[in-house]
Amino acid sequence: MNKPLRRIAIFCGLLVLALLVRVNWLQYVRADELNANEHNRRVQIERYAHERGNIIVDGNPVTGSVETKGSDFKYKRVWKNGPMWAPVTGYSSQAFDASQLESIEDGILTGNSDQLFFDRTLSLFTGEKKTGGNIVTTLNSAAQKAAFKELGNKKGAVAAIDPQTGAILTLVSTPSYDPSVFAGNSLKDAEARQQLLKDKDKPMLNRALRETYPPGSTFKVVTAAAALENGLYKDIDDKTNSPLPWRLPLTTGNLANEGNIPCENASLREALRWSCNTVFGKISDDLGNQKMIDEADKFGFNEEIFTPVRADASVYPKDNRPQNAMAGIGQASNRATPLQMAMVAAAVANDGKLMQPYMVAERQAPNLDVIYTHEKEQFSQPLSGENAQKLQQMMETVVENGTGTNARIPGVTVGGKTGTAQHGLNNSENPYAWFISYAKTDSGSPVAVAVVVEDSQANRDDISGGGLAAPIAKAVMKAVIDSKK
Amino acid sequence: MSVVTNTTTIGAIDAPSRRNTELMLMVFAVAISVFAYANVGLALNGELPSGMLGYGLGLALLGGIGHLAVRKFARYADPLLLPLATLLNGLGLAIIWRLDQSERFQATENFVPAASKQLVFSALGVALLVVVLLALKDHRILQRYTYISMLVALFLLILPMFFPAVNGAKIWIKIPGLGTIQPGEFAKIIIAVFFAGYLMVKRDALALASRRFMGLYLPRGRDLGPILMVWAFSILILVFETDLGSSLLFFGMFVVMLYVATERTSWIVFGLLMSAAGAVGVAAFEPHVQQRVTAWLDPFDGWGKLAASEQMAKSLMAFGSGGTLGTGLGQGNSDLIGFAANSDFILATVGEELGLAGMMAVLLVYGLIVERGVRTALAARDPFGKLLAIGLSGSFAIQVFVVAGGVMGLIPLTGMTMPFVAAGGSSVIANWALIGILLRISDTARRPAPAPAPSPDAEMTQVVRP
Repeated sequence: MNKPLRRIAIFCGLLVLALLVRVNWLQYVRADELNANEHNRRVQIERYAHERGNIIVDGNPVTGSVETKGSDFKYKRVWKNGPMWAPVTGYSSQAFDASQLESIEDGILTGNSDQLFFDRTLSLFTGEKKTGGNIVTTLNSAAQKAAFKELGNKKGAVAAIDPQTGAILTLVSTPSYDPSVFAGNSLKDAEARQQLLKDKDKPMLNRALRETYPPGSTFKVVTAAAALENGLYKDIDDKTNSPLPWRLPLTTGNLANEGNIPCENASLREALRWSCNTVFGKISDDLGNQKMIDEADKFGFNEEIFTPVRADASVYPKDNRPQNAMAGIGQASNRATPLQMAMVAAAVANDGKLMQPYMVAERQAPNLDVIYTHEKEQFSQPLSGENAQKLQQMMETVVENGTGTNARIPGVTVGGKTGTAQHGLNNSENPYAWFISYAKTDSGSPVAVAVVVEDSQANRDDISGGGLAAPIAKAVMKAVIDSKK
Repeated sequence: MSVVTNTTTIGAIDAPSRRNTELMLMVFAVAISVFAYANVGLALNGELPSGMLGYGLGLALLGGIGHLAVRKFARYADPLLLPLATLLNGLGLAIIWRLDQSERFQATENFVPAASKQLVFSALGVALLVVVLLALKDHRILQRYTYISMLVALFLLILPMFFPAVNGAKIWIKIPGLGTIQPGEFAKIIIAVFFAGYLMVKRDALALASRRFMGLYLPRGRDLGPILMVWAFSILILVFETDLGSSLLFFGMFVVMLYVATERTSWIVFGLLMSAAGAVGVAAFEPHVQQRVTAWLDPFDGWGKLAASEQMAKSLMAFGSGGTLGTGLGQGNSDLIGFAANSDFILATVGEELGLAGMMAVLLVYGLIVERGVRTALAARDPFGKLLAIGLSGSFAIQVFVVAGGVMGLIPLTGMTMPFVAAGGSSVIANWALIGILLRISDTARRPAPAPAPSPDAEMTQVVRP
């Protein structure tokens, strides 16, 4: 009977061997895949098991982490002034994942990033409690507050950049939301989120980065840059070849100006000062679609911008002649995000050099060691230094004695451009009020800003870039200049 | 384990009893378990658990009593079986206690801590082991009860049919005030006694009277009777009690014993064919079994749709999350599995918290128990002892494979418990009795023969090496 016994012994050995192979397969080969499975609640538990690192503005955290009870998620994200900072931080919810910086920098904030490997290994021996690292942003809290306060109940967005570095100083979108209300995973959180999603004012939309508007007359700055760069006009005070009225090419209609303004053969400086549609429409047509696209691209149009939070691509489209002429004055299919228009102002202010916009200055390990510092980086050069200075003179004239006088700051050189973008079928809806500007001091330009207001409550006549948007831009620029003193 | 390398299965005169080896190993088994228990407390509460002394003493007492009983009544018994079983039981207790501490479980409505109950069951189990050693002076006595065993086993297996199903399977009987019993666990041992007794008598007839056909010895039609009966019975269990595990276990055990008794490979072929036919046939119309198969084929596909799939997926994720070294006892989230986390799915906790390393160790401990059982069968000098030992250790191996393979997704899941580790009174008590019988057989086998009357079987076994 011993021969079959030995065979049974081998059989039993094979059974155990099969189990051993299987357990190696599960726990070694497939471990990572199973560990990261979308249904694996451990991922979420781990994410919220430790105090989450903070997002820091001007040395102060704008976020926090509180311990919660009655859930297997130990810590919950909280915000200080959530509605104001939501367009910067995004949300981080136990039940609904995370967005924007909270999502992109999740590895650092949770402390799980590979960049923190050394730090983690060290704390394994020192026995320190695991916490997340911090994200130090470039934002300027004074400017952010000013923009948020000035926008108030109006619907709109503000984006401000330091033209010399590309550092994002302000990112405001209103109406906004408080990410704290759905940071947990309770039924109440889910309802609060539903409420926000259903709100027709779209409070969770980050208008500064993720909404594209027709840029209206503010785009004339880009068109002027194209004219100068392509040598169409060299002197900004020379007369241009601009008949009035000017017929939109291939159509039977004339391109109208806002009111009876001196646009016939106006110089570039005067044309920008009065915001002449006929002059810039014709420039766009003279240059042609491709040259306009090329110049817009240099300013950052037609691609997504990563700050690292993604900004939607602004659009200067391929189009036929009349549409291209319209696009040259910021109408037709021309679309831009507030960040994009801030970049336009910044490029002009920084003598033609456009810096890559960014909002993460540093990443800090949990022990506050800096593990990453942003190095400023040029995005492109949309125009030469000489042409940039010409454009600066033009924009400064606009603020000095043009449509943008509301943005004047005593003792500071300010250049800007208003915009009133029409939209809706036959311009039936209230236009958007735009203002882009920059301020300049002895040490170059510290701030460039773009403001858009889409307030349907306002009177149509009131919505003009100079009236609604310029004071907001002024407040932001003033806050930045004051904070540097 | 170098102390046991020189073990010829049948000792010469004055063969070492290895009782001191057993004691040493027992100390290790208890120490490892106490360490695990302390580990859980430190991880969960940052301090040594208050029940540690009680737990340690209790386990040491159980192991000690078992050891003393073996020393007194089964002097030459295998020295590994008892410490291995104690180790598994102790580890199981620590893990069950760990799962008792889970806040997720404590928050559920009908949460009952299981660890203290399990300790009582373990004590009962060891008591039963002592009774077996004390009352069963020679395992051959069991041979007298061959047909009575059959009746008792049948009775035990049929009994649960008259009780309501629990979680889809009718394998429990409920005694008001006492709790539930899973008679199948006991039937496993009793039926092994019946098979051993029956096959010992019939083995010659089954082995010799056959025709050769295509290289296989085909049994005569009337000799097919018993295997057909056992097969039919397994199918009945499957259909009426929806208990895939027990059905597989009984049939597998019978085929193994039949093969050993007759030395005919044809029986294995028949066995495999019949179990395949039975499984496919039943799966065709039994929704309970179908669900298990679906869950096994793609556990994540059925997420949110089929409870069985979700449970399976959760188990796999627990294993995956453990990785190579595990999270450490008390630091994982295996309680996410929820239902049956401390019984059928307890290996998932081992996998998550002790990692691949811990799982391999635990599987090897099970493998060692089986190996000692098979070795006992090899060493036994009488065919009844051989058959009984291989039946018990074979069924133990099949059970381990079916449960561990089930929770790891190697084979469809069946509702059975992991011997010794899983929470469950019947299982732990019955398995201690099983170890008792194996100890008794190995004691008889290893005991220096009073008179040198070598049988042909014994002659062969002398040359067996591990």
